Amino acid sequence: MAIDPETFKFETPQFDPRFPNQNQTKNCAQNYVDYQKCIAIKGEDFEPCKIFWRTYTSLCPVDWVEKWNDQKEAGKLPFKLD
Amino acid sequence: MKMNKMMRLDVPTPWSMTLQDAATPNQEGMHELYDMMMFNLMVMLMLVSYMLFVMVKDFKNNKMAYKYMMHGQVLEMVWTMFPAVVLLYMSYPSFTLLYVLDEVLTPSMTMKVVGLQWYWKYEYSDFMLDTGETMEFESYMMPDDMLEEGQLRLLDTDTSMVVPVDTHMRFVVTSNDVMHCFTMPSLGFKVDATPGRLNQVSALMQREGVYYGQCSELCGVNHGFMPMKLECVSVNEFMDWLGEQVLCLCSLMVKAMYC
Repeated sequence: MAIDPETFKFETPQFDPRFPNQNQTKNCAQNYVDYQKCIAIKGEDFEPCKIFWRTYTSLCPVDWVEKWNDQKEAGKLPFKLD
Repeated sequence: MKMNKMMRLDVPTPWSMTLQDAATPNQEGMHELYDMMMFNLMVMLMLVSYMLFVMVKDFKNNKMAYKYMMHGQVLEMVWTMFPAVVLLYMSYPSFTLLYVLDEVLTPSMTMKVVGLQWYWKYEYSDFMLDTGETMEFESYMMPDDMLEEGQLRLLDTDTSMVVPVDTHMRFVVTSNDVMHCFTMPSLGFKVDATPGRLNQVSALMQREGVYYGQCSELCGVNHGFMPMKLECVSVNEFMDWLGEQVLCLCSLMVKAMYC
């Protein structure tokens, strides 16, 4: 799959004043929770929810996300989603 | 000799006394600070050595060793204040640099680095398939008996990070077991990889090249055998590489789903 440099755009989460430190753990977790809340209210196809998805997928390690997804399915995610 | 001048020093070499060559503005800042500190150290060393020498050589009848002086208010003030002022003078640029290096303001690309016993895992999650699959690969050190001509012992790896040049990178560093440390002398960072915590660090590589680093936090038996290797390539080459990786990923996906 060749990628066209003309149309390609680098996109990544930008500086967030809520998390100005080197430690970005909360940035990742908060965006994961926000995404889950967002889709719980608006549904998975709601476009504005995507910004949370893009942020947490870029920041959180894949293992963490898998673990949280498992916890969510088991109803054991330590956050209120409603 | 000519080669020596053309080639950049991006690896540790035997008897190397100086820092590795800089590839990022961060590391250039560190070089500058280091040079400035070294200059101050030399001035202080010469001053103190000179005074000691004078006192030892001619222990009486000179202004620096007046043996009948029992108490000197002014002298005490001077030898207290002067080092304090010198320390302040050196700390200011040091703190400035420290806090400037902390900032990750406008990254263009994020890469995740996960330390494991005893290898590194790299994730490029800015690039995702619609299925949610992303690019991740592990990187192990090349064993001695598999080294090819020109490869560096204890530094070369089977796979390496590939990043575009002149692109503001953000590295998110974490660990999955014990603490590791993601260190790249040429890029000017050394970030602890701590389990359960994400540390970010930025790098703006300004020249293409291959940079090496070694784990710098004692993490177990093979601590010395988990180097990191980073290839910095032009943006177009990066696109080609990315395309190939995505293609591999797609074929893997197809196999997983339909085989």
